[in-house]
Amino acid sequence: MKRFILSALFFITLLWIWHLLVLAKIWSPVLLPDPISVWEYLKGAAEDGTLLQASMVTMRRLLAGYVVGIVAGLPLGLLTARFKFCEDTIGVLALGLQTLPSVCWVPLALLWFGQTETAMLFIVIMGTLLSVIIATDNGVRNVPPIFARAARTMGSKGLHTWFNVIMPASLPFIVSGMKQGWAFAWRSLMAAEIYVTILTGFGLGHLLHYGRELNAMDQVIGVMLVIVVIGLLADKIVFAPWERFLHRRWGTGRA
Amino acid sequence: MSIREELENVVPAKLAVERVSKRFFTGRSSEVQALDAVSLQVNVGGFLCLVGPSGCGKTTLLNIIAGLEKPDSGQVLADGKPITEPGRDRMVMFQEPALFPWLDVMGNVMFGLKLKPGLNAKERREVAEFYLKLVGLERFMHATIHQLSGGMKQRVALARALAPNPRVLLMDEPFASLDALTREQLYGDIQKIWATRKKTIVFVTHNVREAACLGNRVILFSSHPGRIREEFKIDLERPRDINSVQLAGYSSEIMRALKGYVTQEVAE
Repeated sequence: MKRFILSALFFITLLWIWHLLVLAKIWSPVLLPDPISVWEYLKGAAEDGTLLQASMVTMRRLLAGYVVGIVAGLPLGLLTARFKFCEDTIGVLALGLQTLPSVCWVPLALLWFGQTETAMLFIVIMGTLLSVIIATDNGVRNVPPIFARAARTMGSKGLHTWFNVIMPASLPFIVSGMKQGWAFAWRSLMAAEIYVTILTGFGLGHLLHYGRELNAMDQVIGVMLVIVVIGLLADKIVFAPWERFLHRRWGTGRA
Repeated sequence: MSIREELENVVPAKLAVERVSKRFFTGRSSEVQALDAVSLQVNVGGFLCLVGPSGCGKTTLLNIIAGLEKPDSGQVLADGKPITEPGRDRMVMFQEPALFPWLDVMGNVMFGLKLKPGLNAKERREVAEFYLKLVGLERFMHATIHQLSGGMKQRVALARALAPNPRVLLMDEPFASLDALTREQLYGDIQKIWATRKKTIVFVTHNVREAACLGNRVILFSSHPGRIREEFKIDLERPRDINSVQLAGYSSEIMRALKGYVTQEVAE
């Protein structure tokens, strides 16, 4: 509770400083709108449904691509860790493409798929997939060999060992890879949405883009806040429970 | 299968190691003869300790009996049948507990039981609880592994190894990284379990006193090449106290022999 109050106080202070800066009239209100006008934009956009709709469009794209990326990335990572042939082919390819910032997939996706949902999906998948492949591969390679030996003495072999020993043992790596994949996918999707208009759905990136076109700084900052909040929520709701589980079981980090 | 049947003592196995050799390549052309035509017998329900300097192949021999490694030549028979792979009749305790951190204590003990056919979920739980009680950890059933002390971890590993009711227990320096006090408690426990659960035990250690305390027989290995040098019979009442004078007599006898071989090797 004390931590919550301190945290709340910090953000209230931040808002106050912002408000005072606006009152001091150092910058034009076009460049630095009052927190109250940002709040009013958010309220209005929430009431007429634009914000919710845009968030839904963005989240739908993100989740669809993310799920595909994980479902494809996990087995590929296991393959590259298990078979030399896959390591030398898929593994090298993944490692190479990983160095490419995922935003760089945007121009290619647009040329290949046009201004379509498929392009968006492709961008999110590429952001997720490579991180998950590499993290899974890395996780499997870091499993202490004694785990597999102990499992063998108890009669575990083949796929049973992979599903019941190797995969859970690599979980810390896999979760951090999933988190990184999420971050990459989120960033590249935003870039893509700001970059091009997809007529089948206006996401948060579009709202941000039109905020700039209209010189509506309250909209720009308001949408940025929404993006930050979604990112925070994803972290707290999706990843934090996993990380707590890992810390508790592996005895890492704070108890 | 009923719980009663499952928990009943099985007949411990008789092991026969027949001219087992194993080499390891340590470089492009250099190799180590870890085991050189080693033969030995372990009686039904015997408690055999293997001691020797590090690198004498005692762990390799244990791994071969476990089926985790294959000999270059020779074979190991368990009740007359050649060992080719790991099996539930021979469970292993390693120097590290090798417990799975993603499972709680109960989950770890159940891991091997889940792979054993003939038990339903409820029976498996009861069997696991029985062995956790045997090692004195029934209160820690739902604890996570990293919360346990080193000694408790090895107790869980012991319960996990006992749970599938093996005929043979293979122990590879399981107490080497524990403090002296915890170790002494475990010496008592392992002797009690050996007596009540009737297992054939092969115990690898470099601690001579530990070997004299636990084994009915102690076999001394020499290294490069790994061979059996001498065998000692320990005729002492159980449970044995590691600090007793008679035991000290045995351990200094073994120690003298061990030192003799070590200096001889250096001279060679």
